[in-house]
Amino acid sequence: MADVHSEPFVINLGPQHPSTHGVFRMRLTLDGERVLDMDMTVGYLHRSTEKLAEERTYIQNIPFTDRMDYLSAMTNNLAYCLAAEKLLGIEAPERAQYLRVIMSELQRLANHAMAIGAFANDCGAWQTPLMYMFREREKILDLFEMTCGARLTTNYVRIGGVSFDVPPEFVPAMTALLAEMPRRIEEYASLLTENEILLARARDVGVLSAADAIDCAVSGPMLRASGVAWDLRKAEPYCVYDRMDFDIPIGVNGDCYDRMVVRLEEMRQSVRILEQALAQMPQGPVKINVPLAVRPPVGEAYARVESPKGELGFYLVSDGGPTPYRFKIRSPSYINLTPLKQMMVGHNVADAVIILGSIDIVLGEVDR
Amino acid sequence: MSRYLGGKEVAERIARLLPEAVVDVAPQWVVVDPTKLLAVGRLLKDDPELDCRYLISLTAVDRIDHFDLVYHLASLAKNHVIVVKARLLDREKPEAPSLTAIWRAADLQECEVYDLMGIRFSGHPSLRRVFLWEGFAGYPLRKDYLNMPGGVKPGLPLFPGVRPDEEGAVDG
Amino acid sequence: MTLLAAWYDIRDLSNAVTHLLEWVGDWGPSWLVYVLSAVIGGAAIFGFAAAGALINSWIERRAIGRFQARLGPNRVGPFGLLQPFADVLKLMLKEPLFPRLLERWLFVLAPIVVFIPAVMVFGVFPFGPGMTFVDLNVGVVYVLAISSLGVIAVFMAGWSSANKFSLISAMRVVAMLVSYEVPMVLALLGVVVFAGTMSLSGIVVWQQQYHVWIIVLQPLAAAIYLIAGTTELNRTPTDIAEAESELVAGYHTEYSGMRFALFYAVELVNALAVSAVAASLFLGGWWLFGLDRWLPGWLIFIGKVYAVYGLLIWLRGTLPRLRIDQLLAFAWKFLLPLAMANVIVTAFEVVIWVEYDLSAGVVLPLFAIVNVALAAVLIGGWAKLMSYRFERLPKRALLVHDIAVPATSTPMSTEQV
Repeated sequence: MADVHSEPFVINLGPQHPSTHGVFRMRLTLDGERVLDMDMTVGYLHRSTEKLAEERTYIQNIPFTDRMDYLSAMTNNLAYCLAAEKLLGIEAPERAQYLRVIMSELQRLANHAMAIGAFANDCGAWQTPLMYMFREREKILDLFEMTCGARLTTNYVRIGGVSFDVPPEFVPAMTALLAEMPRRIEEYASLLTENEILLARARDVGVLSAADAIDCAVSGPMLRASGVAWDLRKAEPYCVYDRMDFDIPIGVNGDCYDRMVVRLEEMRQSVRILEQALAQMPQGPVKINVPLAVRPPVGEAYARVESPKGELGFYLVSDGGPTPYRFKIRSPSYINLTPLKQMMVGHNVADAVIILGSIDIVLGEVDR
Repeated sequence: MSRYLGGKEVAERIARLLPEAVVDVAPQWVVVDPTKLLAVGRLLKDDPELDCRYLISLTAVDRIDHFDLVYHLASLAKNHVIVVKARLLDREKPEAPSLTAIWRAADLQECEVYDLMGIRFSGHPSLRRVFLWEGFAGYPLRKDYLNMPGGVKPGLPLFPGVRPDEEGAVDG
Repeated sequence: MTLLAAWYDIRDLSNAVTHLLEWVGDWGPSWLVYVLSAVIGGAAIFGFAAAGALINSWIERRAIGRFQARLGPNRVGPFGLLQPFADVLKLMLKEPLFPRLLERWLFVLAPIVVFIPAVMVFGVFPFGPGMTFVDLNVGVVYVLAISSLGVIAVFMAGWSSANKFSLISAMRVVAMLVSYEVPMVLALLGVVVFAGTMSLSGIVVWQQQYHVWIIVLQPLAAAIYLIAGTTELNRTPTDIAEAESELVAGYHTEYSGMRFALFYAVELVNALAVSAVAASLFLGGWWLFGLDRWLPGWLIFIGKVYAVYGLLIWLRGTLPRLRIDQLLAFAWKFLLPLAMANVIVTAFEVVIWVEYDLSAGVVLPLFAIVNVALAAVLIGGWAKLMSYRFERLPKRALLVHDIAVPATSTPMSTEQV
């Protein structure tokens, strides 16, 4: 029988695509169904945030940080404000710290709801898990709107505190949400984690070992799913995380299924933190007055937070002027893309889409 | 809190094995010779005390007369962070060795620095402009990007709507 | 079976047609009767298929919406009932696009080739007692053969679009459809062995005669047919053709306007056909334990068809998608052995029944119990065998309270340069 001549061909998962989570381009070299090589192109959403920020004052830069990872604006604001506060040498009042923690954890819940839902969507579950999780996300976004007037680009955390105190209807609404969240998360867990088809799709797909994860400097749920017990809320507790009692979930295998399970478990832990924060929050001022064109002393600072995507860091260099001299964003989504090719090669095309979905990137953060 | 190791501590450890690598010491960071970056990187990664196996961030700062490459390294096992800098004095064609052989995390971050600052990394497996395209005029994050040769001014004015002779209206 | 046998008896619509044809035959030539009967039957079948497509579109979107905790379309008309009409209008008004590199003739023919078998298969369904357009005595084979023609159309569509994605999707779909034909045929073979006839209305009459729904006697065959049927329809959990994220819309990516509408309609019409086959063969068709003496048989039949269709929608709203290699492995390694086991056991049972001339009242409940037990054992056991590899890893995350080196309580230095 003559040998059938076959050659690899290249398909383009172009920037416009139903499931590349934004404008992200991948060129896959395929041999039949198997991926041989992957070449990615980012930069379709590059808005030169770092350059623009060098021409605006520190307070004017806060809305820029919202729009980077537009699905978790609160933690972006928080990271930047922590870096600016480090430069200035000030600290926010205690009530503001608690509010920051509350908002960060609410944001984590909303983000993971979207991440898990989108992942299940990539696996083919026709938006049913996504729609279920969006119920809770809507309530969380309503809480955000109640507090600061915006659902996604919140611009809430400011240098020296937070911008507004929560209105009186916030606490009852949040208590109601926290009361039903555990039951909802159990519902999602039972629908997703025991599902054989999801197991068949996502188990042993896109495996990243712990050593590789550390070498590629991935962070966040992706690092924890590979088995590395590392969470900035425990390692470098910012705000009042050192007063909260919570666990960090780690995975065993480092595949897409583990990442989903880690995110689900993080949602449960977030509910725990929120209950404690709400109980412990003191009264008091929520903001230190910082001048509009504040000039920090010459120096530099690097501050990092555990955003829902990973370790979000801001490296600010000040030259004594009203605008930052260097505004560097250490974006977790961009760096989490480092092992993408290694994870994809050898799998099917269908798995390629799932692997990209499990990293949970937001192109606003990748491209800045 | 993670410990941010002081410059002196790190400089001592580096100087023990690579004496001429350290150029300058500051309370918060160490400045090393750019040509010795590979050796210093390997030392930092393999040293049992420093154990910096996690490259948090790789970036560059344009200091008008030179470039500063800034590396934030961390050890997850020991929970500390060190900051290493390297000064690149050549303004026209800045070049530094690539650290992708030591930390794979340097791959994408060096591409970003090359793209936006124009610093070439020798030994990088696939150095390319990630956010902008090949053939883009200039390197945007440089401080002189707004005054390109030929009178081209691709950037924004300082604050839109502000006359150039005004104070920039920063205290608005 | 007491039918009034009058032309106005809506319980048997064929009465009206028969009276009409007799009246025409009285004064007209015989070929006119023949042509008229074909036209009326064909129009009825086509009308049912087309109306089915429209109604199914509405039902599907509303039901999927309710599964996803949201309303379906509810703007166009009361409860969104005019939505299908709005869709058809929109699709008719779209520009028919022809990419430059495609094979023109195949591209144009593919929707037609896919639509004609979809409608033709409705000819043998027993809508009521005596209400079958063409009562073939090889009805089951006809249904299977005609629905296989759709495979050619899918490949024509995928090949003629000058699009790598369409080609990949078409090849996957052909592999999938061909693989799932085999368990489907074997499952229906079990039913045919029991009923002794391949004519669909004959099988319904057999169920009426023995007062039993064949699903009770052949649960394994019903399950296999349902799964294989879902796959033949390109529905979730097996909709790799059109909804796979990287294939945008699969083999019908390049189609626009009315051609795309034909593909979409055919999916819905095929769903109706598969449900109708399941309803006739497994759920008793127009017979409902004697209730069909008062209710029109076709109403009962349509009710059962939509009950099965509702099950298909339920599957679609709940399950994620399988990968193509997992899908093919499922067909060949899971469904095929089960279907063969089913046929063997069924054959033995029928031989015992006929050879020893046992009474049906004794033997059929016994067969039912044996078959249900066998189905449970086979499905459970084989499934455990094939999925043991998922048991070695935990399905929940491990919880760690402290990291290796806890944070020190001393703040870091904030010395400036």
